[in-house]
Amino acid sequence: MFDRRLVQYFDWGLLGLIVLIGSIGMIALYSAVTAGNATPQQILYTKQLIWYGVGLTGMIAAFVINYKLLERWAHVIYFLCVALLVIVLIFGTFGGGSQRWLVLGPVSIQPSEIVKLAVIIVLARYYSKLATARGFTLRDLAQPLILTLIPFALIVKQPDLGTAMLLLLIAGSVTVFVKIERRSMAYIILSGLIAVPLVWFSLKAYQKRRILTFLDPDRDPLGAGYHIIQSKIAIGSGMLTGKGFLKGTQNALAFLPEQHTDFIFSVLAPEWGFAGVLFILLVLLLLIVWGLRIAHGCRDSFGTILAVGITAMLFWQVFINIGMVMGLMPVVGVPLPFISYGGSSVVTMMISVGILMGISMRRFMFE
Amino acid sequence: MRKYLKTADSDWFNQRLTGVMYCVVVAFAILVVRLFYLQIIEGHEYRRLSENNSIRLQSVDAPRGLILDRNGRLLVDNRPSFDLNIILKDAKPVDQTVARLAEYMQVPAEDLVAKIAPGGGVSSYKPVLLKQDIGRDALAAIEVHKFDLPGIVMLINPRRHYIFENSAAHLIGYMGEINNNELNCGDYPGCRVGDYIGKFGIERSYESVLRGQRGGRQVEVNVNGQVVRVLKTVRARPGKNIFLTIDYNLQQTTEKLLKDRAGAAVAMDPKTGEVLAMVSSPSFDQNMFVSGMSHEAWQALVTNPHRPLENKAIQAEYPPASTYKVVVALAALEEGLIDTETTYNCPGYHRFGDRVFRCWRRGGHGTVNVVRALAESCDVFFYNVGHELGVDTIARYARACGLGQPTGVSLANEANGLIPTTTWKVQRFGEPWQGGETLPVAIGQGYDLTTPIQMLMVTAAVANNGFINRPQLLKKIETADGQVVERGRILANGRLPASQQTLAIVKRGLWEVVNTDGGTARWARLAKIEMAGKTGTAQVVGRKKGEESIPEEEMEAHLKPHAWFLAYAPADDPAIAVTVIVEHGEHGSSAAAPIARDMIRTYLMEKYDPRQVASAESDKSEG
Repeated sequence: MFDRRLVQYFDWGLLGLIVLIGSIGMIALYSAVTAGNATPQQILYTKQLIWYGVGLTGMIAAFVINYKLLERWAHVIYFLCVALLVIVLIFGTFGGGSQRWLVLGPVSIQPSEIVKLAVIIVLARYYSKLATARGFTLRDLAQPLILTLIPFALIVKQPDLGTAMLLLLIAGSVTVFVKIERRSMAYIILSGLIAVPLVWFSLKAYQKRRILTFLDPDRDPLGAGYHIIQSKIAIGSGMLTGKGFLKGTQNALAFLPEQHTDFIFSVLAPEWGFAGVLFILLVLLLLIVWGLRIAHGCRDSFGTILAVGITAMLFWQVFINIGMVMGLMPVVGVPLPFISYGGSSVVTMMISVGILMGISMRRFMFE
Repeated sequence: MRKYLKTADSDWFNQRLTGVMYCVVVAFAILVVRLFYLQIIEGHEYRRLSENNSIRLQSVDAPRGLILDRNGRLLVDNRPSFDLNIILKDAKPVDQTVARLAEYMQVPAEDLVAKIAPGGGVSSYKPVLLKQDIGRDALAAIEVHKFDLPGIVMLINPRRHYIFENSAAHLIGYMGEINNNELNCGDYPGCRVGDYIGKFGIERSYESVLRGQRGGRQVEVNVNGQVVRVLKTVRARPGKNIFLTIDYNLQQTTEKLLKDRAGAAVAMDPKTGEVLAMVSSPSFDQNMFVSGMSHEAWQALVTNPHRPLENKAIQAEYPPASTYKVVVALAALEEGLIDTETTYNCPGYHRFGDRVFRCWRRGGHGTVNVVRALAESCDVFFYNVGHELGVDTIARYARACGLGQPTGVSLANEANGLIPTTTWKVQRFGEPWQGGETLPVAIGQGYDLTTPIQMLMVTAAVANNGFINRPQLLKKIETADGQVVERGRILANGRLPASQQTLAIVKRGLWEVVNTDGGTARWARLAKIEMAGKTGTAQVVGRKKGEESIPEEEMEAHLKPHAWFLAYAPADDPAIAVTVIVEHGEHGSSAAAPIARDMIRTYLMEKYDPRQVASAESDKSEG
C-alpha cells in the first residue's frame, strides 16, 4: 500500500501555500478579535487554532487515503451529509437568523459546509462515467440536478441563501466544465430567459421588494446597506500602504457585524492597504491555479473533475466573499477559505485541500 | 454510440482547463480593479470617512396614530419632544463638556453625570439620554453654544399629547415604558428597550394599530459628532388613526355632570352597540404618564380611596339593586309564572319563615301587577316572584341576558360580575343555598354583582326589542393619509331570552317609571322627549337587625348606598341607552336619574337638529 512514490511526489508547494494562507488568516483573526472591541474575544483565536489542528488531521487522512476510494463511497458520503442537513433542520440551533448549526457539547458544526464537498464528490463520480466530447444532454443532467437540488432545498430551508447559492455555482461550474451539449445549453439558457420574467411577475410586491433589497444593499440603508458602506469605508481607508497591524479596527469596524467571519477581509484591507491586499489576492489566485494544475496533471477523469470541483469551491468562495465586502455582490454569508473564522469551514477546506494533495501525489500512478 | 471520455483523453480536459483558467484570471482582475478603485482612487475620501466613524445610523421614531371621536374631533395627538443626548466618544473631554452643558442649562452638573455613569461598556457611539423634553429656553441655549459642546445631540421624538386633560382618560388610557416581559413575549415586534407602548385603555387594546414603523437615516457627522449631511432616509411609517364611537360633546357633558362624584356613566346606541360616552370618576390627567410622574404623584393616584385609576364603567362591580328587577320580571313573565293580571299585595313588608323582609316604601305599595311593580319599584312583589322562580332560574335568565360574564368590549381588565347559583354557593362557601337568600337576590342585593357596562348592554337590548349587542368602541381605522382601513361592525352577543310580548310588558313598566305619577323617576321627566328607565339604590352595607330604623340621610357618607339609573330614549324608537351609577349617591332617583336625563337631553338635542326647528319658523314667516 505505502508506495515510495507517494512521498516523492508529495505536493510540498501546496502545503506551503496553505501554511501561508493560514498564517494570513490567523493574523487577520487576531486583529479582528482584539483591537476595536470593548472586550477582546481571545477565545475565538484559540478555537480557530484548535480547528486548524483538527483540520490538519483531516487533511492528512485525506491525502493518505486514495482518492479513488471516494468514488466508491460517493453515495454513502452523500447520504450521510444530506441526513445531517435534515437533522440540523429538526434539531439545529438558531444563529444569525437561520438554523444552521448542530451543537454537540462544546462543539458546533455546520453541515452545509461539508455538504458542498459531498456534492462535488458525487457529481464527479457521475460525470466521470458519462462524460462525452459532445457534452451532456438534458436527460443526462436530470440525475445530477436532483442530486444537487436536494441539499440545495434543505439549505434554503435553514435559510442560508449564501451557501445555497454557492452550492449551485459550484455544481454549475463543474457541469459546464465537463461540457453541456450545445443544444441543451441553448435550451437551458432559453428556458431561463423565459422563466425568470415569468416568476418575477408572479411574485407578490413584498417578495419583489425583498429580492431587490437583497440584490442591491443600498435599498436597505439601515441594515445591509449600512454594513456594506462601513465595509467599503474600511477597505478604502487602507489606501496604498494601509494603517498598519492592529491600527485599522478602531473606528468603522466596531460597526461591522461578523468582522471575524464574513467581513474579515474588511479587517485585513485597512491594515495592509492595496499593496498588502494585492499580495493576498495573488496568493489566493495561486492556490486556485494550483488546483487547476493538479486537475491538469491528473490522469483519470474522476480525479480531474474532483480537482476542478474543489478548485471551483475555493474560487467561488473567494470571489463571492471579497466581491461582497467590496459592494459588488449582494450580502451573503460565505466564508473566505482559511481566513474567516469558522470550525466547519476550516475543517472542510483542509480536507478538500488534502484531497487535492492526494490527487497530486498519485498523478504518476495508473490503475 | 457515445464516445465516453475516460482516462486517456486528457487533451480534451486540458482544453477546458485552459478556458477555466482564463475565466478565473478575469474574475480576479475584476476584484483587483474594484480594490484599486476603492483604495487608490477613492482612498482619500474613505480614509477621511473612517476617521471618527463618520457615517452613522440614526433612528427615527414613527408618529403614533391619532385618536379621534366619531365626528373626527381630535382627542389625542403627538407633539415633538426635544431630547438631550450625549455621545461619549465625540464629547471628549467628557467632564468639560458636561460642565459647560450644566452651565448653559443652569442645572447642577451632578444630575447630568448621574445619567452617564452606568453605560461605560456599551458602544460609546450610542447616544445616552441626558434629559427628555427639554424646554424651549434650554433648547435655545444649547443650540447657540453648539460648537462649544461636542458630542451633544438633540434628538426630536414624537410624544403623546392628550388634548383634553382628565377627559376620557380611562377609555383612551395611557402609555408606559415597555418592560422585559413584554419585550420577550413576542406581542410587540419591532419594539426596543425604552420604547413606550399603550398600557391601559384604547392605547393598549389597539397598540398594534396605533404604533407605526420606525425608520432611520444614514448620516454623515463631523468631528464633533454633529450631523452635517443626511445620506439616506428610510421613512418612518406613522401609525393608523383610530376614530372612536364616542361623541365628544356627550362625553364632555357627562364628565361635567359626574365631576364631583365617584361613579361611572356609559351611553350606547341600542341599534348598533356603539358606545357614545364612557366616563369614570374620579379621573386623572393622562399627560402625567407621558413625561413620567414623580413618586408622590403616583402614590397619590394609587392610594386615593376613590380609585381614580380604575375604569369603573367596566372594572367596578356593584350590586345591581332594583335595576335587577328588569331581569327578574322578564324571567317571571317568560316562564309563564305571571302575566299582566297577576298581582301581589305589598303592605311594606314580607314575611318569610321567621324573618321579615322590608319594602323600601314603609307604607307599602298596595296591590300591584308587574308593570306597576317595576314603575314603583316594589320590593315585595319581587320577593314573591323571586321566591317562586328560585335562584337558579333567575341566574339562568340573568346569564342569558349577558350578566355574570364580560361583555367583550375591547378594553382590558373587564370584570365578570357575579350571578349566584346554588352550585356557586356550595363551591364558594361550602354551604347549601337557603331559601331566604333568594329574596335579596331578586331585588338585586345579596350576592349579585354587575358592572355598569353589563347593565348598559341589557338596557340597550331591552330598548331595541331583544338584540344583545356587544359594546363597540371602534368606529373606523384610517391610515395617516385618510384611507379607511377598517370599520366597526355590529357584533351580537345573543338575544334576550324573552318574547316580544314579554319585552313589551317590561318596556311598559320602564316607561311608567318616568312618565307616570308614582314612578320612581318622575322628577327626571323630559319635556319633549319620552324617556324610559329604572332606578336602583344599592345598599353598601347590610343593615343589622334593629338598625333598620336609621334613616339613610343620617348614615355616614361612605356607608350611603350607591345610586343607579338605567334609561333609554326616545321610548318608542330608542336612539340612546344610558347607565349611570353614583357611588354613595343615596337614591337612584335623585342622584343618578338627573344625570342620565341630562345626558340624553344633550345627545338627542344634538341629533334632532335644532336648525330644523328654526327653518320651520322661517318658512312660516315667509309664507
